[in-house]
Amino acid sequence: MIQQLSLLFPMLPMWLVQAIWCGVVAVLLLTFFSLFAGPVSWLERRIAGRIMSRIGPNRVGPQGIIQWLADGVKNFLKEDLIPRDADKILFRFAPYPVFLGVTLTLVTLPFSSLLIGADLNVGLLYIVGAWGLVVIGLIAAGWSSNNKWTLLGGMRSAAQMISYEIPLVLSLLVVVLMSGSLSLQTIISSQGASPVEWFIFSNPFAFIAFVIFMISAVAEGNRTPFDLPEAESELVAGYNTEYSGMRFLFFFFAEWGNLYVIGALAASLFLGGWQIPAGWRNFASAQGPILPHVFEVLMFQLKTWIWVLLIIQLRWTLPRLRVDQLMKVSWKYLTPFAFVSIVGTGLWMVVFPEGWLFMKYLLLFSMLAVIGYFVWRAIWQLRFTKSKADFKLIV
Amino acid sequence: MLSYVPVLILFIFALLLGGAFVFLSYFLGRPKKTTTKLNPYECGVEQATLPRIPVNIKFFAVALMFLLFDVEVALLYPWAAYFKSMVSEGLGTFVLIEGLIFIGILFVALVYIFRTGILHWENGK
Repeated sequence: MIQQLSLLFPMLPMWLVQAIWCGVVAVLLLTFFSLFAGPVSWLERRIAGRIMSRIGPNRVGPQGIIQWLADGVKNFLKEDLIPRDADKILFRFAPYPVFLGVTLTLVTLPFSSLLIGADLNVGLLYIVGAWGLVVIGLIAAGWSSNNKWTLLGGMRSAAQMISYEIPLVLSLLVVVLMSGSLSLQTIISSQGASPVEWFIFSNPFAFIAFVIFMISAVAEGNRTPFDLPEAESELVAGYNTEYSGMRFLFFFFAEWGNLYVIGALAASLFLGGWQIPAGWRNFASAQGPILPHVFEVLMFQLKTWIWVLLIIQLRWTLPRLRVDQLMKVSWKYLTPFAFVSIVGTGLWMVVFPEGWLFMKYLLLFSMLAVIGYFVWRAIWQLRFTKSKADFKLIV
Repeated sequence: MLSYVPVLILFIFALLLGGAFVFLSYFLGRPKKTTTKLNPYECGVEQATLPRIPVNIKFFAVALMFLLFDVEVALLYPWAAYFKSMVSEGLGTFVLIEGLIFIGILFVALVYIFRTGILHWENGK
């Protein structure tokens, strides 16, 4: 990409072209991040409203769609207070690692075969490392506020995030085993467009790894059922009790940004990422050079959004875990099962070097059966509520 | 090394964006400080005790466990990255057994952690 650009501008030195290009990429990624985190905050509140039989924000703009802008402006105008007893330097510092930890992961997310900030050869390890920054911010916020609620929230968040990082990293190891690379583009190109070529269906152990990955990623993102750090009904607001204004917003910015990172990682590591069927690619290439990339981006977004919406629905469906249950799930169930899935995947690769097609189809159809049951159950639920309800559902 | 330039630039831009937001918000929402407003929040009452309370030792134990496991899992990554090429060279069984020994040691450590009872958070000890 950079070589092509430097050919376009031959009068500029190479390093300048690269610096400008990187700047453009950075601005685009940050814009994308803000434009994702904002509307998703509105979307989540609307979905929450519907799940709880209320309306949700619908006043600002059509269906309340620019509510997030109003919220942003409101947060700008709020007083930016620092409590009297707080550790002032640490208090000011804390939101940045949280914000950076999520934004820095965006640089390696492959939106299409060409659209990627930087295809690092240690991509996965980099993502895990950058994500790890978040915990520093949360514990700094909790400790520096000098408040009992925040201290408890910060401690809980530290214990939770570091506990769930182990199964997360172990489940990513399964993907590395199957692709033989840490770079996200290589991981995606070693999968295929058809579901049987995805890593999730390649063997039963990879399927277990995917489930472990999703559970621990939701925990890393501090979402219900793992939202103990900010448990509103027990700890006021957890680690961000004392924060106000823009600094407060950063934590939530990161939370909704996390949603995208989780979805994009699930899509690219286990579900084939931007891979599109060969038929579509041939059709698109015949129309011009840009269309295949548009298709790829749309495919990636589709796969990502499925998980984003699923995690939002999870948040408003499941109750919160207790602290001891949280530790038990991570260390007693997820970690041993992650070890089993690594060993099992290794064994599978040795026993079936070419893969076993029957098992792939079996896994695919069992997954389809689960999805089918979910859809059937949702339709039944909607019909049932409609027949029982004496109120009109307001869209 | 050049492929890390976007990371550095994104880092700088994200820091600048964050800084600019906080800077703007400082001028737009200039704090009017009063004594009550700056008090630490404790559900509407005066702060009874200092918030620097001792925290359960189990948080420390979990941090130690994390440190051990994270370092050892990081050592597994090179093994995993070379696994596929080794299998295609016909060395699959050898590499698998090597990995199994390492994972076995990790698993013994995990069993030891279960036996020490660090994970029994419910009994409050």
